[in-house]
Amino acid sequence: MSVATSKPSLLPGMRLSGARHRLLAFTSLVALIVIFSLTAPDFLSTANVIAILQSTSVNGVLAIAATLVIITGGIDLSVGTLMTFCAVIAGVVLTYWGLPLGAGVLAAIAAGAVVGLTSGTCVAKLKIPPFIATLGMMLVLKGLALVISGTRPIYFNDTPDFAEIAQGSLIGMVLPDVPIPNGVLILFLVALVASFILQRTILGRFTFALGSNEEAVRLSGVNTDRWKMAVYALAGGICGIAGLLIASRLNSAQPALGQGYELDAIAAVVIGGTSLSGGRGTIIGTLIGALIMSVLAFGLRLLSVPQEWQFVVTGAIIILAVYIDILRRGRS
Amino acid sequence: MSVLVEMNDIDKAFPGVRALHKARFDLRAGEVHALMGENGAGKSTLMKILSGIYARDGGTIRLQGQPVDITSPARAQALGIGMIHQELSLMPDLTAAQNIYIGREPRKGLGVLLDETRLNAQAAEIFASLHLALDPRTPVERLTIARQQMVEIAKALSHRSRVLIMDEPTAALNAAEVNELFAIIARLKAEGVGIIYISHKMDELKRIADRVTVMRDGATVDTVPAATTSIDTIIAMMVGRTLAREQPGAAPAAAADVVLQVSGLRRGSAIRDVSFTLRRGEILGFAGLMGAGRTEVARAIFGADPVERGEIVLNGRRLTIRRPQDAVRAGIGYLSEDRKQFGLATGMDVRNNVALASLRRFAGIGGLLKESAMRDAALRYIGQLAIRTPSDRQEARLLSGGNQQKVVIAKWLLRDCQVLIFDEPTRGIDVGAKSEIYRLLVDLAREGRAIIMISSELPEILHLSHRIAVMCEGRLTGILPGGASQVEIMRLATQRDANVARDATAANHTSGATA
Repeated sequence: MSVATSKPSLLPGMRLSGARHRLLAFTSLVALIVIFSLTAPDFLSTANVIAILQSTSVNGVLAIAATLVIITGGIDLSVGTLMTFCAVIAGVVLTYWGLPLGAGVLAAIAAGAVVGLTSGTCVAKLKIPPFIATLGMMLVLKGLALVISGTRPIYFNDTPDFAEIAQGSLIGMVLPDVPIPNGVLILFLVALVASFILQRTILGRFTFALGSNEEAVRLSGVNTDRWKMAVYALAGGICGIAGLLIASRLNSAQPALGQGYELDAIAAVVIGGTSLSGGRGTIIGTLIGALIMSVLAFGLRLLSVPQEWQFVVTGAIIILAVYIDILRRGRS
Repeated sequence: MSVLVEMNDIDKAFPGVRALHKARFDLRAGEVHALMGENGAGKSTLMKILSGIYARDGGTIRLQGQPVDITSPARAQALGIGMIHQELSLMPDLTAAQNIYIGREPRKGLGVLLDETRLNAQAAEIFASLHLALDPRTPVERLTIARQQMVEIAKALSHRSRVLIMDEPTAALNAAEVNELFAIIARLKAEGVGIIYISHKMDELKRIADRVTVMRDGATVDTVPAATTSIDTIIAMMVGRTLAREQPGAAPAAAADVVLQVSGLRRGSAIRDVSFTLRRGEILGFAGLMGAGRTEVARAIFGADPVERGEIVLNGRRLTIRRPQDAVRAGIGYLSEDRKQFGLATGMDVRNNVALASLRRFAGIGGLLKESAMRDAALRYIGQLAIRTPSDRQEARLLSGGNQQKVVIAKWLLRDCQVLIFDEPTRGIDVGAKSEIYRLLVDLAREGRAIIMISSELPEILHLSHRIAVMCEGRLTGILPGGASQVEIMRLATQRDANVARDATAANHTSGATA
């Protein structure tokens, strides 16, 4: 199951630094799973596990996008509404224009990348602080999603295959006992690709280098603006994938949705040990962080803990995770 | 005159550096006592001990004969010791009066409300005593630097300071403002305040100082009367250290090709019409006091900061350098004085730091990095430059200063830069590693690279440079041949008057030919 796939050593290029924090996040995840499986017998049922994973997929993909930007030392508050914006774009292309599925998928991802590039340009070229640039973008996108959709949900009834993107199960076709939905598969695929880019490619190396010491990189004769814009564009494209996932799960693009998702995504990133000051972080950590949040939500729900208390617990965990990060930095 | 302050046998060590060794200093009431020395001689450390910023490791401090322990800046203030820092520490949005009485505001209404009327009246009183026409209600950001300094002085006086320490107070002032400041100093003197005056400017000493104490290498050389001691004597006292001599005398660059030609470089008052040439295989030393504009020139050539005017010709080709990447593409590398801030991605490992400027070369299809080639390159330079690190995966921040510097050098060697600008290459590096860096510089020059070396350590400049460019206040005041004396350098480094500035280009040509 998921825990096995997320074992750190399975992903390439593990960095030694922060390993302790990730180990801690991973141990917390396992501990939570053990506790919930002992106290709530249904917790480890196939249906529940699949539900947890499915509910992780959107937040997980958004958190991966946020991770990339946060490693550069920036922040992206627009991931939630960008996701919705991309879902609406897919709706326009597929339902309003009646184009084939592939066109809708490409349009959503491309729209995400273009918006990401725009945010990146504001940050890199116009020198607007990332917090402000993406806060503005968050609102712009929220409004645009409502305008383009005419404030009404766009349904994908004419494109029956669209629902399969997240809800279908390729694995279930081979192994009927474990019908893990495609949405989860996509999450892990995105995680693998993002991790590969971060660890093995020049774009990934500059992502870390920018967060580590942007001025040193600039003084090394590197076009820092361009690489930063590329990271924001990549993150935007990943938000486009998240938009497809959520639209597919709801079989509709809900233009009013989206705001608030960015904070869940950032929470997952932080719990996963990525430093908000940049330069350090991993996709696997973010994945664990996102899983911790869903496991917590489902487990507490199974234990009949009221939702209000779930907020309290999640919030406390975020604060604790950051404090641990501070302790780790203080020691080094 | 009564003795206000006596400091004896003051010791102070920082990790890896002995900043002060049995330093002594005394101050009388109603005198201006100048404290002089090269950068790093220990002046600032000694004064920071007197003003409670640092704790001393050993020695005694007496205030009017009584032994005192100055444990904090607040304690120093209470004892009547005030310091005017070079970087003014005022809050720009508050008014002059609010700044003077920050944390000690007059209160009314059972101590709950601020008494602005009394606050302004008290500040006005101090300004009046200084014969200063300044409205205490003016926000500090609207005042000139000179006026802000007056506010700082008023602040110190509001503590009833008997000892006033001024660290390079005229650094940012024009001639009229300097006169105003000196008038105030004269008034304070007359009232019996003792003033410690830290400065590099010889002409000022003659004007206002009563006595001069020279420091060198953390110790006090001597205290002499200002009126009867010649400037040359004072300079000799400042630089007179036995020269450290570990490295080979560099071979002179013969009639080698001119690699870099800089002409008419200008930006505001930081860089005033700087021109020079640099030859293949040459080490051109840049000497000058702190703030003379040497780093500014380096950063301007490298494209790190914009310039207003100026031409840079590399190998006969005119360059347009707007950003560091333009300079790097042309083959110019810059090693900053502040490695941690500008040179290294400290959180990344040695391998990536070495590759940082050449990363594109290691990127294959789809941007995939060829890690093994990067490792080979890193290992090659680790061997060649004798970088002491457990492996190429070690994080750069865990290396010593000398080894960090070598990593930055490796970065530019890998990039194959023809012109290397070293800004304070041995700052914060221990003695052993220093001579390694020296040897490296000499070797690089022998290989035919052209090197600019900015250094505040005169022995370093004298030993490595084929020619020495000296700057003062943004101007290139002269270019000396390699064998120049320290006194000659110091004279050019303190040559303030604009009218004695020689035509830098002409100086450049003549000494370039003789070098």
